[in-house]
Amino acid sequence: MSTTKPAKNSLWADSWKQLRKNKAAVTGLIILIILIAASVLAPWLTPYSYEQQDLALGASKPSFAHILGTDIKGRDLLTRLLYGGRTSFLVGFCATAVSLLIGVPYGALSGYVGGRTDSVMMRFVDILYTMPFTILVIILMVVFGRNILLLFGAIGAIQWLVMARIIRGQVMALRQQAFVEAAIALGASRTRIIFKHIIPNVLGIIIVYTTLTIPHVMLMETFLSFLGLGIQPPMSSWGLLIKDGADVMETYPWLLISPALVFSITLFSMNFLGDGLRDALDPRFSKGRS
Amino acid sequence: MNRLIVLSIPALLLFGCADRETPVEIGNREQILHLGNLSEPKDLDPHVITGLSAYNVIAALLEGLIAEDPNDVLLRPVPGVAERWEVSADQTVYTFHLRSDAKWSNGDPVTANDFVFSYQRMLSPKMGSPYAYMLHPLKNGKAYNQGTIHDFNKVGVKALDPLTLQLTLEAPVPSFLSQLNHWSWFPVHPSTILKYGRMDEIGTEWTRAGNYVGNGPFILKSWKQNQSIVVEKNPLYWDAENVALNEIHFYPIGDHIIEERSFRAGQLHVTGTVPVDRTAYYQEHKPELLRLDPYLRSYYYLFNVNKPPFDDVRVRKALAMAIDREALTQYVTHSGEEAAYSFTPPHIGSYSPPVRFSTDIDAARKLLAEAGYPNGEGFPESALLFHISDLHTRIAEVIQQMWKDNLGIEVQLENVEWKVYQSRRAHRQYDIARAEWVADYVDPSSFLEVWISNGGNNHAGWSSEKYDALLQKAALTADTASREDLFMQAEAILMDEMPIIPLMFLPSKSLVQPSVKGWNPSILDHHPYKYIHLENN
Amino acid sequence: MIKFILKRFFELIPVLLISITVVFFLIRLAPGGPFTSEKSFTPEAMARLNEHYGLDKPIMVQYGDYLLNLLKGDLGPSFQYPSRTVNDIIRESFPVSLELGALAMLFALIVGLLAGIVASLKPNTVQDHLPMGLAMTGICMPSFVLGPLLILIFALWFKWFNASGWELPIDRVLPVITLGASYAAYIARLTRGSMLETLPADFIRTARAKGLSETVVIYKHTLKNAILPVISYLGPATAGIITGSFVVESIFNIPGMGRMFVLAAFNRDYTLIMGLVVFFALLVVVFNALVDILLGLLNPKLRMHA
Repeated sequence: MSTTKPAKNSLWADSWKQLRKNKAAVTGLIILIILIAASVLAPWLTPYSYEQQDLALGASKPSFAHILGTDIKGRDLLTRLLYGGRTSFLVGFCATAVSLLIGVPYGALSGYVGGRTDSVMMRFVDILYTMPFTILVIILMVVFGRNILLLFGAIGAIQWLVMARIIRGQVMALRQQAFVEAAIALGASRTRIIFKHIIPNVLGIIIVYTTLTIPHVMLMETFLSFLGLGIQPPMSSWGLLIKDGADVMETYPWLLISPALVFSITLFSMNFLGDGLRDALDPRFSKGRS
Repeated sequence: MNRLIVLSIPALLLFGCADRETPVEIGNREQILHLGNLSEPKDLDPHVITGLSAYNVIAALLEGLIAEDPNDVLLRPVPGVAERWEVSADQTVYTFHLRSDAKWSNGDPVTANDFVFSYQRMLSPKMGSPYAYMLHPLKNGKAYNQGTIHDFNKVGVKALDPLTLQLTLEAPVPSFLSQLNHWSWFPVHPSTILKYGRMDEIGTEWTRAGNYVGNGPFILKSWKQNQSIVVEKNPLYWDAENVALNEIHFYPIGDHIIEERSFRAGQLHVTGTVPVDRTAYYQEHKPELLRLDPYLRSYYYLFNVNKPPFDDVRVRKALAMAIDREALTQYVTHSGEEAAYSFTPPHIGSYSPPVRFSTDIDAARKLLAEAGYPNGEGFPESALLFHISDLHTRIAEVIQQMWKDNLGIEVQLENVEWKVYQSRRAHRQYDIARAEWVADYVDPSSFLEVWISNGGNNHAGWSSEKYDALLQKAALTADTASREDLFMQAEAILMDEMPIIPLMFLPSKSLVQPSVKGWNPSILDHHPYKYIHLENN
Repeated sequence: MIKFILKRFFELIPVLLISITVVFFLIRLAPGGPFTSEKSFTPEAMARLNEHYGLDKPIMVQYGDYLLNLLKGDLGPSFQYPSRTVNDIIRESFPVSLELGALAMLFALIVGLLAGIVASLKPNTVQDHLPMGLAMTGICMPSFVLGPLLILIFALWFKWFNASGWELPIDRVLPVITLGASYAAYIARLTRGSMLETLPADFIRTARAKGLSETVVIYKHTLKNAILPVISYLGPATAGIITGSFVVESIFNIPGMGRMFVLAAFNRDYTLIMGLVVFFALLVVVFNALVDILLGLLNPKLRMHA
């Protein structure tokens, strides 16, 4: 007699196999892991501190002592890049987490309950969607100062609407599926249904859109940093490094090239990974699975 | 087929763009000057403006009693609308004889009454003019401005006849003639003002292109907000035949890097400034394009003298002496700055400010220990306030490091937005703050009067009766040597009590195309446009 | 249909009201008012200015006055620029931003659609990977890197263009490319994906079987369906272009609304900030409504969903 794995597990296994076949996605994943690890391990990877200045040295080209060169104040660029990565990834993950924390429950609730509540909740989302949020973010940053926590909150607050809409659509579709109706008929409690049936099935979508939201959030941070409203020096982020590098790119081109390259590669990797995940997890795109 | 389209676009561009004439090249040919003006003027009304960007435009549109000698770095007063004048023996009555051929741009002659009207407007309480205090030397000027008297006839301004203007002062002011260079003394055209509103109404439409009437060498042709202000030659100006330029374009480019790039792309003849990091580049590779000229601009740090531990003069002096200014100007800014050991720059004629201290780390340490913080132990947490800017950040970080290395104290850096910085400074919500002061006119009093007790710009909250007394006496002293001596005494007190730490004197920096002739160095960075011409080759 | 349009416009009102109220009170919380400046005003001058602008009245009165004036279409005077009103400023800066945004959108659509179609015709070959690779680069390179790079190469080295400004027609080229690049890239990817989905469909096979030329098949049948996601994207793309213009206008020193907004925020020009917020909200809502209408026209199924 053949043993059949529970349906849930084989779905994940299938998805993972699918993902592995996508070379771009896998490469992206590996690169991301390396970059995140490097950022986290930054203190152990370089002998310099990110604020250590050497004014007499000033900006210098890449050399043995400084693999990526130094900036105008003689600070080692590789060090600042690694520490900057910490900030950028932190902003990316935290802001996305904020958007998840608000968006997922909101969307799930709206989609599950349906009816009038759903109408009202989605109307609210629609209304908020049309507000020029970036403008509000700018005003918030101007009013309350450049606080990194506020940055997470403000950026996350922009993204939750998209998340809520998607989750709500997904949950609505799921709710009407046979197995959920069956569970309700069998008398399962609402909580049980949500946790045992609905959420595991939207997890896929959540993962996909999280991976696609993070690069978007990181881009938002660079945007704010450019306007002078993001991260404060002496803390650094890739956004600030790119901006500073772009300002002096004709005189000291290496100050732009490495941060821009690393940032682009990160975004590339996340996008490829996100695409790959979407192909693997989103049932609409799967070939040969109904 | 797609490929054809795609490839033809760059080909077209190459073809079309190769033979382009830059704005500077066109300007050289047609006598059109393109200037980088750093920021968009709030307005073009001389009774309302506060910034140099607005002044740069107004200087083309209006002319005062006195003009500036373009060949004198110190901008000695020369005849403007007034072709000659007499000063009474006690130096309180000035009688100006206006030239008979001076005209407004609509053909009206410039009369003494125009000046009376203008000064009344400037002193009107309802105008709320920030520079009204420049006219306070006039008899009863301050009283009228503050609303204590309501009859302008009591103020020392009289039109004796259409071409004779008499100004009577409260007390003799030796530097009065050079103060008349300032825009607050410029005339406005009365009927234009009254056409668009009351005499003392703020924000009317009289300053718009097409409405503006001025008596200067140029008239306002167009004002495209945040884009460009264009002025063209005024054919009715009394000296129009000697004005070479046909047009001047002012561009409010705030970002210094964008401005420098625009200069290189051939869009600007003269820039408003030079980015900090590019100065060294120009000094090395293209020195003929770079101008670094002496300027009356002081860069300093301000103490909140009522807040411990900065109420202790020993602490203040220790912090001042522990800074290596030479290293600062050489390594950090390295674009022509001078180390400063006084508040007033040493470029004002024969005035030489006393030097009362120098960089002396041992002495600094001793003073700090005396004050109760040996090696910085126990020094309360404090912060240095400044607004977001690469230059200020750099200087602050270096000084922070110097204080740490030399004195053992940790000072935090508070880098905030411009408006926040100004507000906190005005409300004394800081420990130490960075600040700058630019002279309004060429006289030591333009600097020293900042620190009189309860002065509007005295953000340190410092007060010294002796200092105030010395300055008051100087204001009444006619003899230059005695005056300067009094100033030196006052400055000595300022430096002994150190409510501020002088750091550097900043030069005026510009990039200037070789085709610009007549752009001479001047201590206030004023460049009278009627003497400028462009060489075309 | 009319009901649909009207419904959309009615939604505008609560959005505007909320935005205005939030911003009105938020801005006044910011430290530093419009008149703090390097050379301080005397107390008399400050009092005079506050009186002139009505800043000395209680805040609820100021709020009420503002709303009343809003109904009259008067957005108030600008604080930074005493001789101009907010209406003046918007009137002068909006056409600039409109031109920039419209051209950027056009650029994004044309380049994006072309690239996406070309890529989808020969999937997984060079014809596919090259445009898609470029597209990826476009998405991942922020405008404030692309902009200065373009300036460096084309304005400073080749001297084909000015490095800043908006005076001549040719000054449009670099900013439009900078602003439109990432949207072109995104549209390229959307189009390619959508074309790949639609091309194998039954009705396309039918059209081919009927003997219609390949060009007709592509442009007439496939594209009409494949373009739907692109049109849906136009709504958020516009919002993105509006905010993206802040950066591009700053890089090229273009006198548009985006730059005015950033300057106004930094200068605490209350009325200008409010005016711009109102205006932006209006733009986004109107455009989203237009997109929805367009979608409704193209795909009747969607009309029922609303």
